[in-house]
Amino acid sequence: MNEKMGMIGRKLGMTQFFQADGNVVPCTVVQLGPNTVLQVKSTTSKDRYNAIQLGFAPARAKLINKPLAGHLTKAGASLLRHVREIRVDAGTVATMSAGKVLTVGEVFQDGQKVDVVGTSKGRGFAGVMKRHHFAGFERTRGAHEYFRHGGSIGTRLTPGMTLKGKKMPGHLGASRTTVQNMTVVRIDAERNLLFIRGGVPGPVGGLVVIRHAVRTPKGKKKK
Amino acid sequence: MNMLQTIESETVAARARETTDVRPGDLVRVHVKIVEGDKSRIQIFEGTVISIRKGCPRTTFTVRKMSSGVGVERIFPSCSPNVTKIEVMARHKVRRAKLYYLRSRKGKAARLKPILEFQKALSALRKKG
Repeated sequence: MNEKMGMIGRKLGMTQFFQADGNVVPCTVVQLGPNTVLQVKSTTSKDRYNAIQLGFAPARAKLINKPLAGHLTKAGASLLRHVREIRVDAGTVATMSAGKVLTVGEVFQDGQKVDVVGTSKGRGFAGVMKRHHFAGFERTRGAHEYFRHGGSIGTRLTPGMTLKGKKMPGHLGASRTTVQNMTVVRIDAERNLLFIRGGVPGPVGGLVVIRHAVRTPKGKKKK
Repeated sequence: MNMLQTIESETVAARARETTDVRPGDLVRVHVKIVEGDKSRIQIFEGTVISIRKGCPRTTFTVRKMSSGVGVERIFPSCSPNVTKIEVMARHKVRRAKLYYLRSRKGKAARLKPILEFQKALSALRKKG
C-alpha cells in the first residue's frame, strides 16, 4: 500500500486515548468517506495525468446545482456535496472506475504516515506578532503606545523603498494548509473514522483531504 | 449524541477499572500502578478530593494530603490505566465543588464535617462483605 492514494473527509474534533503504559495519545477524529469515484483521469486519456476525482458527503437535492448533478449521475453516484481530486499512480488508476465506493479500511492502515490538507481557521486581519511571530516590544521601561508593532520597514535613501515581501500585518489563516507525516493511530472501518495523532488544520466540521505521505520522515528509509 | 461524544463515552467504558462515585470532599485511597524497569507495583495515595475536572476521557481529580506537615497534591486522570482502583473511605459535607480553600488551612481548621449516613452505609456494606 505504498502507492499514492487519498480520501476526503470531515474533521469531527479531537479526543484522547490512553496507552497501556498510561501515556496519553491526543488525536483528531476524521469522518473519512465513504467516497465515490466520480471520474478517473489518466495519462492515456485526454487529461494527460493520473488522478481520481472523489465525491463525499450526501446532500439534499436543493444544494446541488444542475452541472454537478449531471456529473454525479454520469458516474452513477448519489447526490454528494464535496468533490476533490487526488493525484494517484498509474497502477491505482488501473484499478479505479467511476462509481466505485472507497472506504477507510481499503485505503489506509494503522500506524501509517499520512499528509493532511485542510483550510486553516481564519484569523482575520492579524498583526505581525501573530502573523509572522515577531517579538514585539518591551511592555515597560517607558515604552509609549508601541507594543505590538513591526518596527522599521526599511532603510533610508538606499534603496529608498520598502523591499517586496516585507512581513507586514494582513490577512491570516483561511488558507490551504498541509501537515505532512502525521500518524494514523486507529481506523474504525465500520463507522468510517480515522484517528490521527495530533491536530489537523481547520475548524471542526471542516473538509480535509488525507493522502498517503509523500515524503518519508528524515532519517528513515522508505520500505 | 454526536459521533465524538459516542467515541468518548466508549473510551470511558473501555477503561479497565470499575467506576467509582467520587465527589469533592471525599477521603479516597487511590491505587496507582508504578512501573520501575520491568517490575510494577501498586502504590496507594490517600487524601481528600479537592477538585474534579469533568470531560469524559479527560476527567481528572485532584487529591490533597498532608505528608509530614507538607501539603501534597496529585492530579489523577480518571481514565488512566495506571489508576487501578479508587476506594472512598469517607464522605464529607462540602458546600462547593472546588475545595481550594483547604490549601490555606492547617490542622483543626482544615477539617471537614463527615456525612454520618455515608459512614453507616459503608460499614454496613463492609459487614456484608
